[in-house]
Amino acid sequence: MTKVSEKQVFSMPKCLNDVPTHFCPGCHHGIIHRLVAEAIDAFQLEDKAICVGSVGCSVFIYNYIDVDSVEAPHGRAPAVATGVKRARPDAFVFAYQGDGDLAAIGLSEIIHCANRGEKVSIIFVNNSVYGMTGGQMAPTTLVGQKTTTTPYGRSPQNEGYPLKMAELIGSLEGCAFSARVAVNNIKNIIKAKKAIKKAFLAQLKNKGFGFVEFLSACPTNWHLTPLEANKRVETEMMAYFPLGIYKDIVE
Amino acid sequence: MSSKKLLVKGNEAVAIGAIDGGVECYFAYPITPQSDIPEYLSRELVKLGGTFLQAESEIASINMVLGAAAAGKRAMTSSSGPGISLKQEGISYIAGSELPAVIVNMMRGGPGLGGIQPSQGDYFQATRGGGHGDYRTMVLAPSTCQECYDLTIEAFDLAFKYRNPVMILGDAILGQMKEPIVRWKERSIDPNEAIKWCLTGKKGRKQRIIKSLRLEEGSMEALNEKLMKKYKDMEQDIKWEEFMVEDAEVVAVAFGSIGRIVKSTARKLRSKGYKVGVFRPITLFPFPYKQLREVAKKGKRFITIENNTGQMVEDVRLALCGICETEFFANMPGKVSTPEDFIEPIENMFK
Amino acid sequence: MYQDVIIAGFGGQGVMFIGNLLAYAAMEQGFNVTYMPVYGVEMRGGTANCTVVISDEEVGSPIIFYPKTLIVMNQPSLDKFQPRLVPEGILVVNSSIVDESKVEKEKFNAILIPANHIADNLGESRMANMVALGAWLAAIDEVKLETVEEVVRNQFKSKGEEIVNKNISALRRGYEFAMEKAS
Repeated sequence: MTKVSEKQVFSMPKCLNDVPTHFCPGCHHGIIHRLVAEAIDAFQLEDKAICVGSVGCSVFIYNYIDVDSVEAPHGRAPAVATGVKRARPDAFVFAYQGDGDLAAIGLSEIIHCANRGEKVSIIFVNNSVYGMTGGQMAPTTLVGQKTTTTPYGRSPQNEGYPLKMAELIGSLEGCAFSARVAVNNIKNIIKAKKAIKKAFLAQLKNKGFGFVEFLSACPTNWHLTPLEANKRVETEMMAYFPLGIYKDIVE
Repeated sequence: MSSKKLLVKGNEAVAIGAIDGGVECYFAYPITPQSDIPEYLSRELVKLGGTFLQAESEIASINMVLGAAAAGKRAMTSSSGPGISLKQEGISYIAGSELPAVIVNMMRGGPGLGGIQPSQGDYFQATRGGGHGDYRTMVLAPSTCQECYDLTIEAFDLAFKYRNPVMILGDAILGQMKEPIVRWKERSIDPNEAIKWCLTGKKGRKQRIIKSLRLEEGSMEALNEKLMKKYKDMEQDIKWEEFMVEDAEVVAVAFGSIGRIVKSTARKLRSKGYKVGVFRPITLFPFPYKQLREVAKKGKRFITIENNTGQMVEDVRLALCGICETEFFANMPGKVSTPEDFIEPIENMFK
Repeated sequence: MYQDVIIAGFGGQGVMFIGNLLAYAAMEQGFNVTYMPVYGVEMRGGTANCTVVISDEEVGSPIIFYPKTLIVMNQPSLDKFQPRLVPEGILVVNSSIVDESKVEKEKFNAILIPANHIADNLGESRMANMVALGAWLAAIDEVKLETVEEVVRNQFKSKGEEIVNKNISALRRGYEFAMEKAS
């Protein structure tokens, strides 16, 4: 009998808690949580990180990522993050926000936080719909997309157009890094991981504001199967929200 | 620290009190009639290594306070009526997250945009929580520039003692008038003041979560029970002033700048032979119910005077309930009160 | 001891400034004092006034409806505040630009002083306010001319000796003018 020597090549990130997920099957939040946790591990930030949670499906981030955390009112995470970072400049401060939170009710806070060049990192999850409240229109809902508050499809005449946040943030002077990524396949996950690290580096190197927008699937509120939802990210979302790096002055 | 007197505006006295009270982070949005506070702190706080940031909105500023408070720092914001309304969301979250913060409201006239004239129209908003959910902020109402200084220092201590927002409720008269103050407190910052609960990064200990979301069964109940007890405990820090109350037949109840103006009225009426005193609540929440009740038991008659259409008078009625009634005299928001305005209504009580 | 004054004029005439000086001087003399500014809606050219209350007791109201003394620097201020001055109150009037016939001389202790002209003769027309304050100081006992001069020296220290001296001579001219009138 030959002795097989095993080498572990894959494990849970150290700062990710081993708890059951509350996210729906096929939701991308879980993958994005994991990528954030991996980046925290990679830069050994577990003991100096302070996470700012927001309101929406991602509100429970502090149950998954094992770092000091504070919860912000809806849309206000960038302001709370500003307060934390100004109070503790040595801490690593990041916020995790959904599309309703960041691009609708909290649009003012995110723009001014980025424009001031706050040394914080923002993870923005865009799934083109309000998840937690039950599938209403988001500021990133695509034209024609049906939601519970756009039953005939989003109409530009009535609701205007979906906001392209990565481009908007990238255009601001205070922003050091802005990118749009997806986690619909392995190749994109690897790119996304790099983008998170870059956004974190913007803070760690004191360069300025770091921003990563994730295109994410919401099978439940899109009324699709997980596989169909994953496909929609590529076919419909990427067509309007192109992946790419919109600003990078980190190196 | 010299005992030399400084002639300063009430707004500046608040800002100096904040400095000596150890404020480390100040965030605000400009609004008349309190802009002297951010102007002073933008000059002086940064010299001491503190953080001054003019936020993009009232909403952002109160949430920056929330963040800095979660990080364990003495954090503060200031505004006036319309701005305080915008901050209410954040104040509710700060109360729900049990964080310390100092919020200054130099009231102006309303409703709506109103104007910058004097008013005490935000009494209800200040003493009943002001935002959504069941919470209270401790409310301190100075009536002199020295009190603006003293109570701002005390506000920080109380905010940390109870881990609850504390509001300084002033008004346009107090903010703009000048009076000598003595600085008696040397600025000192205790870096370990919040070490048992604040966010620092884990640094080897267990994760800390500061939040106001309470979904687990029984947890919202438990929080509210704890808050209720906290509000009860605050009663040990009730402050009030009695001015010539001992032999008075009629006691005027008034707070803030009206509280001091009524003192002049009382002196004038005493010179005409009317025995008038003034009861001035300094903490508006918790309200000095028991203290006022004790005065009522001595058989006095009462008149409540406010620069609004009748707000504190409801608390006065609660205090006097079952013993006697109070008259009410409303000096309308927007009107600058003088001692003469109150002579007739008080004199009438002797007829 | 109790004294109060309303100082009123156009914005830009420096009524707030002399109110401040007076409050400082009262504080230096150990009194309790309040200074309360009231601005018109207009910033410049509009009316402005301030109230200073001085007492050896705690000051109650910083706002006074019936003042014991009054300094009026322009016509609208006389029209507005003269009817509220207590009988036999001290009334300092800038007679350079105020219609003297409107001053109720028999009712009050009126001091008519051509403050603008006196200031012009000193070569600094903006110092009419200091001239008027000097005249007021001559009429009351509580705050001393010397204390106000001391405050002026401290306040204008950074602006140089010339400015200090000009302001002090304006104060003195006003004081002397009022003394001569009284004697």
